[in-house]
Amino acid sequence: MRLFKKHNNVLPGFGPTLGITLFYLSIIVLIPLSALVFNAAGMTWEEFLSAVTAPRVLASYKVTFGAAMIAAMINSFFGVLVAWVLVRYRFPGRRLVDALVDLPFALPTAVAGITLATIYSPNGWVGSYLEPLGIKVAFTPLGIVLAMTFIGLPFVVRTVQPVIEEIDVELEEAAVCLGASRRQTLQRVVFPLLLPSILTGFALSFARAVGEYGSIIFIAGNMPMVSEITPLLIITKLEQFDYRGATAIACVMLLTSFLMLMVINLLQKWSRRFTE
Amino acid sequence: MSIRKIVTTLATVIVVLSMATAAFSADVTLLNVSYDPTRELYSDFNSDFARYWQKKTGQKVTIKQSHGGSGKQARAVIDGLEADVVTLALAYDIDAIAEKGLVKPGWQKELPHNSSPYTSTIVFLVRKGNLKKIKNWDDLVKPGVAVITPNPKTSGGARWNYLAAWAFALHQPGGNDAKAKEFVAKLFKNVPVLDSGARGSTNTFVQRGLGDVLLAWENEAFLAINELGPDKFDVVTPSESILAEPPVTVIDKVADRRGTRTVAEAYLNYLYSDEGQKIAAKHYYRPINPRITTRLAKVKLYRIDDKAFGGWQKAQKTHFADGGTFDQIYAPGK
Amino acid sequence: MPASLPIPKKEKERAQSEPDAVRWLLITVALVFLALFLLLPLAAVFSQAFEKGLSVYLNALKEPDTLSSIKLTLVTAAVAVPLNLFFGVTAAWAIAKFTFPGKNLLITLIDLPFSVSPVISGLIYVLIFGLQGWTGPWLQDHDIKIVFAVPGIILATIFVTFPFVARELIPLMEAQGKEEEEAAMVLGATGLQTFFRVTLPNIRWGIIYGVILCNARAMGEFGAVSVVSGHIRGMTNTVPLHVEILYNEYNYTAAFAVASLLAFLALITLGVKTLAEWKVQLQLENK
Repeated sequence: MRLFKKHNNVLPGFGPTLGITLFYLSIIVLIPLSALVFNAAGMTWEEFLSAVTAPRVLASYKVTFGAAMIAAMINSFFGVLVAWVLVRYRFPGRRLVDALVDLPFALPTAVAGITLATIYSPNGWVGSYLEPLGIKVAFTPLGIVLAMTFIGLPFVVRTVQPVIEEIDVELEEAAVCLGASRRQTLQRVVFPLLLPSILTGFALSFARAVGEYGSIIFIAGNMPMVSEITPLLIITKLEQFDYRGATAIACVMLLTSFLMLMVINLLQKWSRRFTE
Repeated sequence: MSIRKIVTTLATVIVVLSMATAAFSADVTLLNVSYDPTRELYSDFNSDFARYWQKKTGQKVTIKQSHGGSGKQARAVIDGLEADVVTLALAYDIDAIAEKGLVKPGWQKELPHNSSPYTSTIVFLVRKGNLKKIKNWDDLVKPGVAVITPNPKTSGGARWNYLAAWAFALHQPGGNDAKAKEFVAKLFKNVPVLDSGARGSTNTFVQRGLGDVLLAWENEAFLAINELGPDKFDVVTPSESILAEPPVTVIDKVADRRGTRTVAEAYLNYLYSDEGQKIAAKHYYRPINPRITTRLAKVKLYRIDDKAFGGWQKAQKTHFADGGTFDQIYAPGK
Repeated sequence: MPASLPIPKKEKERAQSEPDAVRWLLITVALVFLALFLLLPLAAVFSQAFEKGLSVYLNALKEPDTLSSIKLTLVTAAVAVPLNLFFGVTAAWAIAKFTFPGKNLLITLIDLPFSVSPVISGLIYVLIFGLQGWTGPWLQDHDIKIVFAVPGIILATIFVTFPFVARELIPLMEAQGKEEEEAAMVLGATGLQTFFRVTLPNIRWGIIYGVILCNARAMGEFGAVSVVSGHIRGMTNTVPLHVEILYNEYNYTAAFAVASLLAFLALITLGVKTLAEWKVQLQLENK
């Protein structure tokens, strides 16, 4: 790799492919997104600031980012567990379970939302058992966490899984030879190897959860200051024909997702260096 | 997959698409952009009007329907959804369309009765047996009563709910704005879920089993009973409520450009005919023609144009704009 | 524990695995978690769809508005997926085979649609093509409809599914390096020959995986499409939008019946994907 960097690349097509990529990217993503920024740019700085820092908006950030954080943590824990079980253990139906992990990718969000609300509402399959215990899931912030966990699960499993597959078993053996217990091996050898991919999976599932709308509105309860997510506030602003306010909040969200993704990509770069 | 294959696929799709559009343009089509609870009313009315129009003029008319939250629908029309007519939940939403020049100012005087061919009001839907004994608005603020209503910020129907409660409190002995505000705040403290639209709330109440009482459009309440079982719910009509006038209008810009003005106007006028009024009554709207019988109970109804509210523009500003009375209920520290 | 070589078999197993009890505990916990979060929703969709029997289910699917929504969804996917496939392969080639400044930024931008809220993805097209937007009045003068018509739905879908193929291919092609392609070029193959004979066979299953995910998302997108659709019955409703409409008409069985189509799609998708992965594995083992 290093060697070729200095020479001219013998492979053709850099110009056209990069050209097409940039062109298509501009048309589909950049120009449309810039419309958002331009629309918000019609506001004065004070207007913008007061639109994006109103108490209800701030509360919605707290709900959205807080719930996304909790969901991403749940997913990191169970995602790693599921990935580990799928790679390391053999049990009947493993392939089926493996395939099932991608379900949240493929199931439309509205269907997911309606279904989750059906199951976890006080008269639903699961909700009716939780209700007597005093646990309310649907129509509370817990419902938001639930929906976000659902849509974010595949991200952690699918980023961690290949790394577990790649781990050299000899490393673990070596650790045992050197007198480490299984626990120590996992803690000191396996976990550090997995950490970059866990972080990536965490960040991906977090980023996806922050933007989610379709599945959440059906189960959130949407109470102002309590269970109102930021995308819903954008819709609320639009309903009042307040395009500027809506685009202002949208810009904040856009910037957040951009920064999140930038961090993810740097993480991946770092992890590649780490594993190589 | 070669590039040529992709290009061929694309070309085929484009050809198919353009053929599909060509096939549609053979008839006269109208697009009626409406709000959520009118689906059943208009699918009934549309076929009746199509029959009437063909008999009268020999022209075949197809009416397309689009339904959604009233505000969202108004926004779609503003942003270019080509509606020939709109039939929305409140005048405020059509005012917003008029502001952009799509409808002539003074549209509400074009048709009789404030351009509202039918009216409705807000009633209560309770679970069979009415265990919480909910009879009137003041029962809704009692502790332990869970009330389901959509969010007034996103739902036209919810704004009527809110104003109906406000009007009730205002007209109590010794009532004033401060007392009304307190009353409404207390009512919303009893609301566990705020859905974004009227249909969402009905689903929450009916499907999820949440709440003791649903604040609903009168026609929605009866429809819910008919669709979901008379053995499960009862309609309770409060002693007083608000007169909801869902207005209709032709979108001048679109109708003139598409050359559909004649049929669009005939469509709306037909709503005022005896047949139109009968269909409205059948779907539990209140017909404005007193000769058409209705099954609905008599209620004392306050109006949005009363001095207490001063019309939609003022009501919207006072109650539902950012920082209005509704936001104050949920302001932090309360 | 003394360190000795070779490791006894039992020791070796211990090194790689947990005691049986722990293992089964972990498997159980993982399965229960997945059952609660994934299997249950799936089961709920089907149980509600078939609640009133097969004939009601089939009738719900035969309804003309349902059929037209299925048609629209298929058309949308048929346009969006090939375009994103073409873009994905091109972008992956530029990014994986060459080094250039700003590469990280470019990858981040490609990822962006992935985490942008669907609400925003729809809104941006309204801001551009809507009547009050940049090009709205011009489009209206020329009688071109984009938002609240099929082109807008397709655009929003392309936006949402934009990263899938590229994202799948970039790491794959980076991992494969470029020695094989370089060898082909040195031996006198043209650029296109090199791509079709050398690169394509290597990334074939990656492409299939990417296309499958892209397609599933294209058919299932709700939020973004809802903003640009206009919800005209029989004309601009896609399958997910139609599910919402049926649900809002208290037509629960029909809503879940149509939703079950999408769930079936998801299952087929997953089946094909598993097959694809299995083939890749075979390919690797045969090498």
